[in-house]
Amino acid sequence: MAGGLHDSQFTNPVVRWIDQRMPVFTMVQKEYGVFPTPRNFNYFWNFGALAMINLVIMIVTGIVLAMHYTPHVTMAFDSVERIMRDVNFGWLIRYAHANGASMFFIVVYVHIWRGMYYGSFKAPRELLWMLGVAIFLLMMATAFMGYVLPWGQMSFWGATVITNLFSAIPVVGDTIVTYLWGGFSVDNPTLNRFFSLHYLLPFVITGVVFLHIAALHITGSNNPLGIEPKGPQDTLPFHPYYTIKDSVGIVVYLMVFAALVFFAPNYLGHADNYIPANPMVTPPHIVPEWYFLPFYAILRAVPDKLGGVLLMGGSIVLLFFLPWLDSSKVRSLRFRPISRILFLLWTVNFFVLMWCGGKPAEQPYVLISQISTLLYFAYFLVALPLLGRFERTLPLPESISVAVLGKKAHGGGHSGGGPLPGGATAKPMEKA
Amino acid sequence: MFKIQVASLKAAAVAATLLFAGPALAAEGHGPQIPDAGFSFARLFGTYDRAAAQRGFQVYKEVCSNCHSMRQMYYRNLTELGLSADQVRNIAASFQITDGPNDEGAMFERAGRVSDHFRRPFPNDNAARSANGGALPPDLSVITKARENGANYLYALLTGYRDAPAGVTVMEGMHYNEYFPGHQIAMGPPLSDGQVDFGAGVPNTVEAMARDVTTFMAWASEPELETRRAMGVKILIFLSILGVLAYLTKRRIWADAH
Repeated sequence: MAGGLHDSQFTNPVVRWIDQRMPVFTMVQKEYGVFPTPRNFNYFWNFGALAMINLVIMIVTGIVLAMHYTPHVTMAFDSVERIMRDVNFGWLIRYAHANGASMFFIVVYVHIWRGMYYGSFKAPRELLWMLGVAIFLLMMATAFMGYVLPWGQMSFWGATVITNLFSAIPVVGDTIVTYLWGGFSVDNPTLNRFFSLHYLLPFVITGVVFLHIAALHITGSNNPLGIEPKGPQDTLPFHPYYTIKDSVGIVVYLMVFAALVFFAPNYLGHADNYIPANPMVTPPHIVPEWYFLPFYAILRAVPDKLGGVLLMGGSIVLLFFLPWLDSSKVRSLRFRPISRILFLLWTVNFFVLMWCGGKPAEQPYVLISQISTLLYFAYFLVALPLLGRFERTLPLPESISVAVLGKKAHGGGHSGGGPLPGGATAKPMEKA
Repeated sequence: MFKIQVASLKAAAVAATLLFAGPALAAEGHGPQIPDAGFSFARLFGTYDRAAAQRGFQVYKEVCSNCHSMRQMYYRNLTELGLSADQVRNIAASFQITDGPNDEGAMFERAGRVSDHFRRPFPNDNAARSANGGALPPDLSVITKARENGANYLYALLTGYRDAPAGVTVMEGMHYNEYFPGHQIAMGPPLSDGQVDFGAGVPNTVEAMARDVTTFMAWASEPELETRRAMGVKILIFLSILGVLAYLTKRRIWADAH
């Protein structure tokens, strides 16, 4: 630490000069190079990295779109079509951004599902989980406001329906709605503030993502077994093992993304949104984007407006309390046979809600929505607390390495501390 | 083995999400079943029939454009249909465009240029409504994107005029159409056999003209479609190779880890 400089391990003179004064290289090496990561991740653990990539894609395409977009009620629709026609690769940028939102929700839904299945939300990762739920909420707000910007029929009427929900709040509801609108109906001030906020929120998301990752790097990752690593034999350095495994996932993700963008760019959208917004004509069915459908179904399942809004909000806010609703000490559902079945049924129920949300608000869909809503909440508020107390769980493996490598690798003759863990941890250091 | 299972599980999860979303969105569809008209561009790797689209432009110019605007379109776009620069210049020049104000502050008429938007039939929506019995002829720039199953719907609509079935009363100024939601449409049958002359031997029945003009409208709605699909093929081939390489690299790196 001579002269107050950081004691850098790097030998490249330029890297070393910087690292001594501002140890970013040391940090990256520590957090993404040698970072000890459980050795037994399956491909579900790709989705955090995928979400990060997706966020970057959204921000990059979004910034370019904002260079060409005009946030004004008389020009927004045409400016979007102009991007599609006259901006170089504008169609690609816009379709990537629009379908990128869908991809983002697919990725994040799988990421959340993985967290629930393998108990990643449990102590000591509660705050990590709650930051994730906060990101999810921010994403929903961002996606909603982004969908308003092309100022088509579904933009306008979606904005009208969703902002009106806030009027259900007693006393201050109408005032809130007026502030959301910037006036007394969805109009130009609404479009302007939504554009401003749609540009702002992704950077707020980026900030929370950094907190999410910072918290992750304190507790370390969970893993499919849900047991903590007990030593170096249970972990691998993040690089190269998980950088390459994430790379495989990223390519598969990009293939799905490309299939959507290049061959079915409007498949997940609504034809009505290619009709310019018209406050005098209401579309026959106002439907949100697919990723909001389960929550839309919960909203409409309740005949009372305030009740519906509270239940819809509650269905997400509940996730913040998941670490305390589920009191079982066993994380992974692999070792909780009853919970596992109930959670898979809850997953099916989530898709049922999604399906109902896309249907008109009439029977039998309303009844199905009501039953599904009840099941959604019953899982969290009844099943989880009871299961935590009464479920007979299966025995947990001794350690990750025993479960993955079998007995012989653990303390066996040919291992002896192991060529694997020792060699593995040393390897990335040689790169520097 | 296990990894492959998990990978397929993941793929299944993504597929399930998309599959569930599909029917949910299709729930919007209403009205009668639209038959598949079998357009060339509807196939996964299909392209536009240029000759049909050029004839379709002629139908638009001679028939549709009397009431319907296409405000996203420029005359210059027509070169993408295979018309020569001279042909497009002549087409543009055949329209009188209002320009201005000039140095004296007055609006004036001039011959159209390739850089002009397609001329609009009415100066504003009110004029359009007034001339059409109160109904606003929709802008057709993105019409096949703006309707579910757009191209098939448009073709069905243009060929779907029928006598109203017994017991159905058609309102004053409306027309019975089998495929229009609610069956009563303000637009009268726009096409009649032999209406547009494509030259000797080229069929100009209602069906043929509807097919041509639908091809033109589909191209106008998604002019990037062919570029998009061609690029998509290249990118998917590239990603497939990259995926195989990434997977093999992953196997190699992980070989000593389990």
